[in-house]
Amino acid sequence: MTGAERRALFTTMLRVRRFEERCVELYSAGTIHGFLHLCIGEEAVAAGVLAALGPEDGVVSTYREHGHALARGIPMESLFAEMFGRTTGCSGGRGGSMHLFDASRRFYGGNAIVAGGIPVAVGLALADRLRGRDRVTACLFGDGAFAEGEFHESINLAALWRLPLVFLCENNRYAMGTALARSHAETDLALRAGSYGVRSWAADGMDAVAVQEATELAADTARAGAGPCFLELRTYRFRAHSMYDADRYRDRTELEAWRARDPVELAAAALAADGLLDDAGRKELEEAVGREIDDAVRAAGAAPLEPVEDLTRFVTTATEDGS
Amino acid sequence: MTATAGIRTVTFREAFREGLREALATDERVFLMGEDVGRYGGCFAVSQGLLEEFGEERVRDTPLSESAFVGAGIGAALGGTRPIVEIMTVNFALLALDQIVNNAATLRHMSGGQFSVPLVLRIPTGPGRQLGAQHSHTLEGWFAHVPGLRVVAPATHADARGMLAAALVDPDPVLIFEQIGLYGVRGELSVDAGPVDLDGAAVRQRGTDVSVVAYGGTLAPALDAAAELAAEGVSAEVVDLRALRPLDSSTVLESVSRTHRLVVVDNAWRSGGPGAEVVARVAELALDQLDAPVERVGAVEVPVPYPRHLEEAALPSASQVAAAARRAVG
Repeated sequence: MTGAERRALFTTMLRVRRFEERCVELYSAGTIHGFLHLCIGEEAVAAGVLAALGPEDGVVSTYREHGHALARGIPMESLFAEMFGRTTGCSGGRGGSMHLFDASRRFYGGNAIVAGGIPVAVGLALADRLRGRDRVTACLFGDGAFAEGEFHESINLAALWRLPLVFLCENNRYAMGTALARSHAETDLALRAGSYGVRSWAADGMDAVAVQEATELAADTARAGAGPCFLELRTYRFRAHSMYDADRYRDRTELEAWRARDPVELAAAALAADGLLDDAGRKELEEAVGREIDDAVRAAGAAPLEPVEDLTRFVTTATEDGS
Repeated sequence: MTATAGIRTVTFREAFREGLREALATDERVFLMGEDVGRYGGCFAVSQGLLEEFGEERVRDTPLSESAFVGAGIGAALGGTRPIVEIMTVNFALLALDQIVNNAATLRHMSGGQFSVPLVLRIPTGPGRQLGAQHSHTLEGWFAHVPGLRVVAPATHADARGMLAAALVDPDPVLIFEQIGLYGVRGELSVDAGPVDLDGAAVRQRGTDVSVVAYGGTLAPALDAAAELAAEGVSAEVVDLRALRPLDSSTVLESVSRTHRLVVVDNAWRSGGPGAEVVARVAELALDQLDAPVERVGAVEVPVPYPRHLEEAALPSASQVAAAARRAVG
């Protein structure tokens, strides 16, 4: 991987980290409402996975998708506007934090039912196969989804039909407050996924370079017609499940052990060691990201709210114009 | 099939199959998938012969994974194809409720109108003959509750033949509920039968004394009851709702404004069902038109039992409809 690519991964992770930190502030200030699930600690997954995809590929994500959306290239302003419920939001303000969509970037949400997006990803890949299009669908979900029937039905179906699909399990070790070992008899998820006849392996989800390389291999394999792949990306969330979560179910020493492998700082250290990022460069990058966030928050806050008269829009095509 | 002077006699099964064959033949984006739709020919033999005619890519047998293949239909619809997904019966559709309610019905809205889900679900519904509680449900009303879905209940051969084509043109998800009890029933169909409008109720029989509102599996008993009443000198008008969402209140209201009496017939339990919604709308908009209390006929509020005599007692019948109409007329 080139130095420029590694720097790009770092920049993406830094943008995600600072974006999420600003979300905490805005939530505490009462500007963002509802459920808010942050991916602080999991930035390497977002940066690495999305860097491995092409613009024509499809992405299906979960309710912890801010990082995926940012790494896909959705502008910060439209993400903040979505969380502020403004019309300039990437879903027109109708979705909120858990339902980020962008048709122009083939970003299909933002699904807040655990595993609910996985069958949809199978269908997107099926459509590509039927229409003879050379692209893959990346389906992101968590370890919690691995316990759902929809995941098992879907991976079997995708394997049976050898669809161009990559299953990306962002294993942060907790399904809300329930640890992996407390909900799975066998915790080696890649091993279990392999039983479906799918090429499966695990990668270090705290290392963006490793994530990108693994995703590229998986996507190339699926694109070449060899059927779907399953990647278990082993990571950890540094903050609670959501803003409502008191986080009483995790051992502090476990958290600290994972924090010692902070993906943003790991990447920064590696770049520094190779002479690709010095203190001045880091400072410059931090300032640029800070300005990007400030500008985005300001613009999003100035955007209009949808008039109540438009309430019944977007239910069916017939109601598109509010009639 | 026999043809005389532009009219032939077909079963509902044949009418549905004709619609499917035409859809597959005329639009290469269309494909059919579901449990046993291919090699087996469809649980109710509706898709018999289609695998041989159109091949395995377009007539796809799925595993018994309702949530996955319904969700795959949603994704394939998002991806620019026109999937027709058959769920073997409405009883099994409960295993795909998440995909239907949380995705098919909401993706357009949650995305601020960026995505359409042009998915067609074909769902056989209603009781068979002594199949027991788990295979006898009538649940189309559940789906009609949900904004974002279009729900239709073909009760005539022309609708069985023509609703699919209209559903495939609709950019939003359409659920077609096919009556299991009607598949083998023969009726007349024009040789040039084609697409029909999905919107709007239809008056199937004109009458002046009482309006009988039915849909899907209850149209036939409603028409039988009307014939029985005619012999007694009571003129019943029979309205076929055709679509449960959006519900066409205006045809019902217009009918009631002429007859001033209303009987509503459900195959389902009456509590919270489509018939209850019809009655509520009449109460809201035309209460002053009613000269008698509304009469309701529906399934007895019990899981459908296995023994023949109890099953018959649990389900609505033409004689119950006729008796309700007599009460309304007074």
